[in-house]
Amino acid sequence: MPNVTYITLIPLLPMAGFIMLGIFGRKYFKNTSGIIGTVLLLISTMLAIHTAYGYFFEYGKLDGIYQKMIPLHYTWLEFSKGVSIDMGIILDPISVMMLVVVTFVSLMVHIYSLSYMKGEERFPTYYAFLGLFSFSMLGLVLSSNIFQIYIFWELVGVSSFLLIGYYYNKPNAVAACKKAFIVTRFADVGFLIGILILSFYAGTLDFNLLIQKLTSPEASEFKNAVTTSFLGLSGLTWGLILVFIGGAGKSAMFPLHIWLPDAMEGPTPVSALIHAATMVVAGVFLVARLFPVFSMSTTALNLISYVGIISALIAAIIACTQTDIKRILAFSTMSQIGFMMFALGVSGFGGENGIGFTASLFHLFTHALFKALLFLCAGTVIHYIHSNEVKDMGGLRKYLPITHISFLIACLSIAGIPPFSGFFSKEEILLAAFQHNIIIYFAALITSGLTAFYIFRLYFHIFWNKPAIVKSDHKREGGLSMILPLILLSIGAAVAGFIPFGHFVSSDGSTLENTLHIEFSIAPVILGLTGIFAAMWLYLKQNNRPQKIAASMSVLYNIVYRKFYIDELYLFVTKKILFKLVGRPAAWFDKNIVDGLVNLTGNATEYISNKIKVVQSGKVQQYAMYFLFGIIGLAVLFIYIWK
Amino acid sequence: MNEMLIIMKSELLITIIIFLLLFIKLGKGMTNDSLLILVQFLMLLNFIAGFFFNLPGNLFDGMYHTGPLIAFQKNILNLGVYLISLLFADWFRKSEHLTEFFILLLSALLGMFLMISSGNLLMFFLSLELATIPVAALANFDLDKKKSSEAAMKFILSSAFSSGILLFGISMVYGATGTLSFELLPAQLNGNPLQVLAFVFLFAAFAFKLSIVPFHLWTADVYEGSPVAVTAFLSVISKGSVSFIFLTALYKVFQPMNELWYNMVMILSIATMITGNLFALRQQNIKRFLAFSSIAQLGFILVGISSNALEGTSSVVYFVLIYVFSNLAAFGVTSVISSRVGKENIDEYRGLYQTNPFLCWVMALALFSLAGIPPTAGFFGKLFLLTAGASKANYTFIIIAALNMILSLYYYLKVIRAMFMEKNEKPIEKIRLYPSVKLGMVICAIGIILTGLLSWVFDYIQSLH
Repeated sequence: MPNVTYITLIPLLPMAGFIMLGIFGRKYFKNTSGIIGTVLLLISTMLAIHTAYGYFFEYGKLDGIYQKMIPLHYTWLEFSKGVSIDMGIILDPISVMMLVVVTFVSLMVHIYSLSYMKGEERFPTYYAFLGLFSFSMLGLVLSSNIFQIYIFWELVGVSSFLLIGYYYNKPNAVAACKKAFIVTRFADVGFLIGILILSFYAGTLDFNLLIQKLTSPEASEFKNAVTTSFLGLSGLTWGLILVFIGGAGKSAMFPLHIWLPDAMEGPTPVSALIHAATMVVAGVFLVARLFPVFSMSTTALNLISYVGIISALIAAIIACTQTDIKRILAFSTMSQIGFMMFALGVSGFGGENGIGFTASLFHLFTHALFKALLFLCAGTVIHYIHSNEVKDMGGLRKYLPITHISFLIACLSIAGIPPFSGFFSKEEILLAAFQHNIIIYFAALITSGLTAFYIFRLYFHIFWNKPAIVKSDHKREGGLSMILPLILLSIGAAVAGFIPFGHFVSSDGSTLENTLHIEFSIAPVILGLTGIFAAMWLYLKQNNRPQKIAASMSVLYNIVYRKFYIDELYLFVTKKILFKLVGRPAAWFDKNIVDGLVNLTGNATEYISNKIKVVQSGKVQQYAMYFLFGIIGLAVLFIYIWK
Repeated sequence: MNEMLIIMKSELLITIIIFLLLFIKLGKGMTNDSLLILVQFLMLLNFIAGFFFNLPGNLFDGMYHTGPLIAFQKNILNLGVYLISLLFADWFRKSEHLTEFFILLLSALLGMFLMISSGNLLMFFLSLELATIPVAALANFDLDKKKSSEAAMKFILSSAFSSGILLFGISMVYGATGTLSFELLPAQLNGNPLQVLAFVFLFAAFAFKLSIVPFHLWTADVYEGSPVAVTAFLSVISKGSVSFIFLTALYKVFQPMNELWYNMVMILSIATMITGNLFALRQQNIKRFLAFSSIAQLGFILVGISSNALEGTSSVVYFVLIYVFSNLAAFGVTSVISSRVGKENIDEYRGLYQTNPFLCWVMALALFSLAGIPPTAGFFGKLFLLTAGASKANYTFIIIAALNMILSLYYYLKVIRAMFMEKNEKPIEKIRLYPSVKLGMVICAIGIILTGLLSWVFDYIQSLH
């Protein structure tokens, strides 16, 4: 295998951008910081594509199976022999695939932001944060051990926090970034405990070793992990479930999804990058990374399936009622990630059984393209209209033609209409669900119909519905830098489905043939078209049908519109129950007992140091005397007493 | 002959620089500015030269010996002196006798080099004197301040006392064993009372130089009275050099008595950490504050020393390297403020961030590192000292040390809080830094961040052993 040290540059270049722009940006690169960030990322992207090409076509395969390689490994902190924290790079199909997705989408967002964020006062800071995020996310996908992934996991969380709160003088944005941070942090506690449990049983932090030890039935580590039980579940299952909770927090799975819609307060390109294409799929990536271990525990897999399908379904239902363009897309993201999750849950390990695994990552790949595209289009629309509300939009197809076509491609893709990319990946997911669990299959079928409905509801609202009312002073679709990413992503979203994905990514590295069953595709496509036509009937022209329908089932509509009152439930639990029952007593304890103890220590220290300050008198002869006493004391102690 | 010159390269380079400065003084002399630039340049060259042509060897019948680790230790001191020449430019420019100042400073450094390299107690004594007496003169260099003279007086009197004790100890060692050579001594040591007494005397002399409780009392007065550059030199370079030779003395020479010295080190380490922390807590003057906090840091070095040869040596050398960066940065900021604005009270540092963010960040980094907060290098330094100390499995000791670390956090953070968070109607005005000071601070900051994160630094030090 060739020398691949250059891979370290892929994450380090954005990091260099972060340091440079973060420290000197506001002084020296006031206007050029965007270009600097973009160029650095362009180099990263080219290196990533080079890596992917090399891995997939040159050195990745051994006997027809893609290998997990660790080309770079570095012992970072060695506490004692054998106990160390390492830094390494892992190359396997999923990390290489993610490398390309992350750098490509990030590059698109960098380019797009050149015009979109132009004129912002903290322009250099924005690019610095984008660099930090790209670094963390790339570091995350390349991590070769579970502790390293945890470090980058938290870094990703921090950069997401910074970017959501980019408009720090908007109270909503500040509240949103705090909410996102707290919810994901809360989930990360589970992740950390999960890591500790898994590494405790495996005796290692390294992914390859950990997977090896926890999947071979004869290994003593595996036996230990399976035979210990706590509350009816084995140690292994507990570890996996806790790790999954961390992943569910980042990936906004029910019931930890409440931060994602609010996170839309950040700049729209950021939503495209972080909250659509990359960071939110980290949970899927994590499960995929540890998939061989997950496949040893049916309980954990079932949990993943049900959490995934429930998230997919309720998010799709909620999306039908929302009126904020970005929130609709946010719920759509959550729903699509739900698809990826349950695809993993219904998958088996190895060969043909692993179709769910391949389908899930295939969907991750296509989703990254079309969802980033949707968000960037939404960015252009918002830029043009100066509003997020769909009621302010309409008839924009003549004003924003390129955006219109791109948005349509993305909509067709997400709705699963052939031959766009979403069709292929969704078909595979449905096939996997069909083979495994018929309930999940039907729920998924309904969800995909709903998906077509809500996304076309949005489409017709923006581009048709009523004549345009807003005359904007903007140049129509922004400069080339805003159009180019749309075009590139449209091409991706249109044709990515034809990639024989199973040839590259599969659960065990072997080649998986894509099989397309025409007769099987009929039901979802028809459902999808029905959804589209329903949306067309309701929203193509302005009419009062939607209000009528909403009014006819107003109770239900309201429940859904308020997102099933989940946010309110959280508020009730935290404010009314946690704060009152736990917070107040804790505050009292803190004020009276902890502070009291601290004050006591402080006073005692003060008292003692006042008492001994006479020793520090400033008189040299006294110092000499203490010196002599010291010697005599030591001599007496060690000659007579402590022999 | 040629080989000998190369073996003694570090000492010879310093000697050459001393003579050069002497000739400059005897001739026309130079202005402070150009002299300072010359010295900075020479010290940089000297530091770079310290990496090359390091031959191990024994000279003068084992009186002098050197090796890769010793060469590295000397170069840490070189780095420290270079940083001092950069950081205290404000004070140097105002100083009246700058040439003499550097001649004395370098003489002390020469003494330290010879001390680290010494292979015989007599040699050790002589070089220790060379490393001490010029510093006493340096302490007096704020010529118009009475406190400075007082500091010098106290230092020379206490040092004389400690030298007397040391000589007494050496003569007892000779009486008990018949030899003063580091190589021959271990075989003669059996731990009889006379030897224990002799060791206690030697130990006290070391403890005096390292400001270990109860031999530390001179420290605060001398640190407060001396010019900040001298205080920095004393608290970093001088302490570093003595801890290096202390390592040799304990691990190589007095190894047969290691149970004895382990207990001694442990008791004094605990006493030193606690006393240093307790006194640091209530200081208002930032120099006194740093003096006491550095006493606590020395207590921490003893934790590492209490370990075995390999881990103890590498962790202590590593810590001293980090300590050079952190403490010099802290003293650098203190010096800039005290020589420009004349303010030395922690209360007067309030609101510093509004006017001097750069100084504030450097100070914060330095204090974080001294307090041992990750990811600064100080954290890794303390971590390795603690793991080294833990190798003896005396966990009570390690827990006490860790508790002291937490205690020290309180007063370090107090300063940081004052600088960043507390409001001040009249904060210290904006200070324009000299380029060299800025350079020195940037080097320190980079050192504080990178020495910890780059793990090969520690591996490299371990490989030198």
